[in-house]
Amino acid sequence: MVSHLFDKPRIRISGDRAVLVEYGDAIDPAVNEKVRAMAALLKQGLPEGVEAVIPAYRNLLLIYDPLVTSPEKLLSLLQGLEARLHEIGIPPPRIVEIPVLYGGEFGPDIEVVARHSGVTVEQVIAIHSGTDYPIYMIGFTPGFCYLGGLDRRIHTPRRKTPRTLLPGGSVGIAEAQTGMYPVDSPGGWQIIGRTPLKLFAPERATPFLYEAGDRIRFVPVTSGEYDRIREKEGT
Amino acid sequence: MDAFRVISPGSFTTVQDLGRYSFIDRGVPPSGVLDPYAYRVANLLAGNPADAAVLEITVTGPALEALGEADVVLTGADMTATVNQTAAPMWQTVRLKKGDVIRIRQAKSGCRAYLAVTGGIDVPPVMGSRATCVKAKIGGIEGRPLRKEDVLGRFPAEPLARARMLPADFIPAYRPEFVLRAITGPQEEVFASGLETFFGGIYEVTPEADRMGYRLQGPPVHHDEGFPQSIISEPTIPGNVQLPADNQPIILLVEQTTGGYTKIATVISADLPKIAQAMPGNRVRFQRVTLEEAHRIYRDQARLLRQIEASLSSSR
Repeated sequence: MVSHLFDKPRIRISGDRAVLVEYGDAIDPAVNEKVRAMAALLKQGLPEGVEAVIPAYRNLLLIYDPLVTSPEKLLSLLQGLEARLHEIGIPPPRIVEIPVLYGGEFGPDIEVVARHSGVTVEQVIAIHSGTDYPIYMIGFTPGFCYLGGLDRRIHTPRRKTPRTLLPGGSVGIAEAQTGMYPVDSPGGWQIIGRTPLKLFAPERATPFLYEAGDRIRFVPVTSGEYDRIREKEGT
Repeated sequence: MDAFRVISPGSFTTVQDLGRYSFIDRGVPPSGVLDPYAYRVANLLAGNPADAAVLEITVTGPALEALGEADVVLTGADMTATVNQTAAPMWQTVRLKKGDVIRIRQAKSGCRAYLAVTGGIDVPPVMGSRATCVKAKIGGIEGRPLRKEDVLGRFPAEPLARARMLPADFIPAYRPEFVLRAITGPQEEVFASGLETFFGGIYEVTPEADRMGYRLQGPPVHHDEGFPQSIISEPTIPGNVQLPADNQPIILLVEQTTGGYTKIATVISADLPKIAQAMPGNRVRFQRVTLEEAHRIYRDQARLLRQIEASLSSSR
C-alpha cells in the first residue's frame, strides 16, 4: 500500500497569524494518526505564542501571535517534538459511545439504506454499530464530526431532496460518510437513527463529548433506554 | 446594572468582543468583532478593559434609551447619531443621562459601527466569550441580534473624569475603492497563472457579504490545468480568500471554521477592518505582500494602538 505520510511536515502560510502544518496528502488513517499525536502533544502545553491548535484530516492549523513567535520557530519546535514522539507516550484514542435508537420515526431512511445495500434493516444496524469511527475533523457546525471508516456495504447516496429540518441528534449516512447532526439543521443525509445525547451543551463545563482524534462507537438502544437517557440529558 | 432599553434594534445589532478561540477545533466559529481597530479604539476611549463587550451595529443603527448615567463611544462606520435630537459626535466620549435617547441612523460611509459603554456590556460569557454567534445560538443576548424591548446591562464603572476624543489622525476614512494587502497561500501553487489575474483585477463587493464571508465579483481566477478546485477539508482563518467552482473569490470571515476549496491568498490582519467596513458595490484590489512585510505591518499596528492608548491616558 502506498504511504501518504510525508517524510517531513510541510508548512503552509495561512495569513500573518496562522500556519497549516501538513503531514500527508490524503485521507489516510496513518496520516491522521500523526496529526492526532501532534495535536495531543501540543495541547499538553501550548508552545509560547500559540493561541489555538486545530487538527484536521491531514494537517493542523496553528494560530499564533506574531509579536511572540514565527512560522520558523514553530516549525523547528514541531520537528523537535516529532523526533521525541516515540519516547513520549501518546494516549490511545478515546472511545466515545453514542447510544442510537435506529429506525422507526427517528430513522426514517433506514429502509432506503437497507434496500440500496441489499441487506436487511437488522444488518444495517449491525454493520453501522460494528465499527469504531475515527473523528478526522470537527467543523461545519458546532460538534459536527467528519468520521472515517464507514463500511462499503452501506454506502448510500444522499436524498434527492434535502430535508429542511433535521432534529439535533440525527444519525445518518451520505455516500461514504456517516455522522450525526449535533444541532437542528437542514440536511440531505439518509437518516437511520437518533441519539438521545446532547451533543452540544454550551452550558456544560465540557460542552462537547469528543474531540478530533477520538473514536465514535454507535451503540444500539431500545426506545425504553432512549427515553431514559433523554430524560437524564434534558434533550 | 441596567444600561439601555432597546427602542428599535437596527438592521443587525449584536453584542461582540474579541471572540471565542478555544472551541474552533470543535466547529464553533470564533465570532467576535469584524473590525478590531474600531472596537479597540472604542474601548480605549471608554476606559474599558481591552476585551470588553460592545455592540456591533450593521448598516442601520438602533435607538436606545439610557437607563442610567453612562459614557458611551461610537466608532467605525459614519452613522449619523443623535442624543435627544442633538447631533452626537463619533470617535469621542458622549455622556448620557438617564432617559436620554441615542439614535444611530444609516451608514453614510463604512458598514459597521461600534458602541462601547463605560464598564462594557454585561452579558454572561458562554464558553469563554460574550460574542454573539447566531449560528450556534450562543453569546450576547440569547445568541441572537438585539430585539425591541431588550434590556442591556453594563458592568459598573466610574464615569470618566473628562471627555476623551481620538486625535483626528487616527480616524480611518472608509472609501468605496480600496486596497487589501494579502499574502499568497495557503494553496498558491495551484494558481500559477491565476495569481496574476487575482492581484491585477478589480473586484466588486456583492450583496452576499456578511460575517461569514464577502463574496466578490470580477475577473475569474482559474486553477491551473490538472488541479482540482476542491481539497480535503481543512481549517480556515478570517482573511483566507477561497476560490470555489465559479472562480470568484470569497473572503472568509469570523463565522466559519473549515472549508474545502483552495485558498489563493490571505488578507493581512491590519486590513481586515477594511473588509468589515466594505459595502456591496465597493471596489477592491489586492496587493501582494510578503510574510515579513505583513509581520512588520502587524507590529506597526500594535505600536499604533499603544500610541493611542498613551495619548489618551495622558489626557485623562
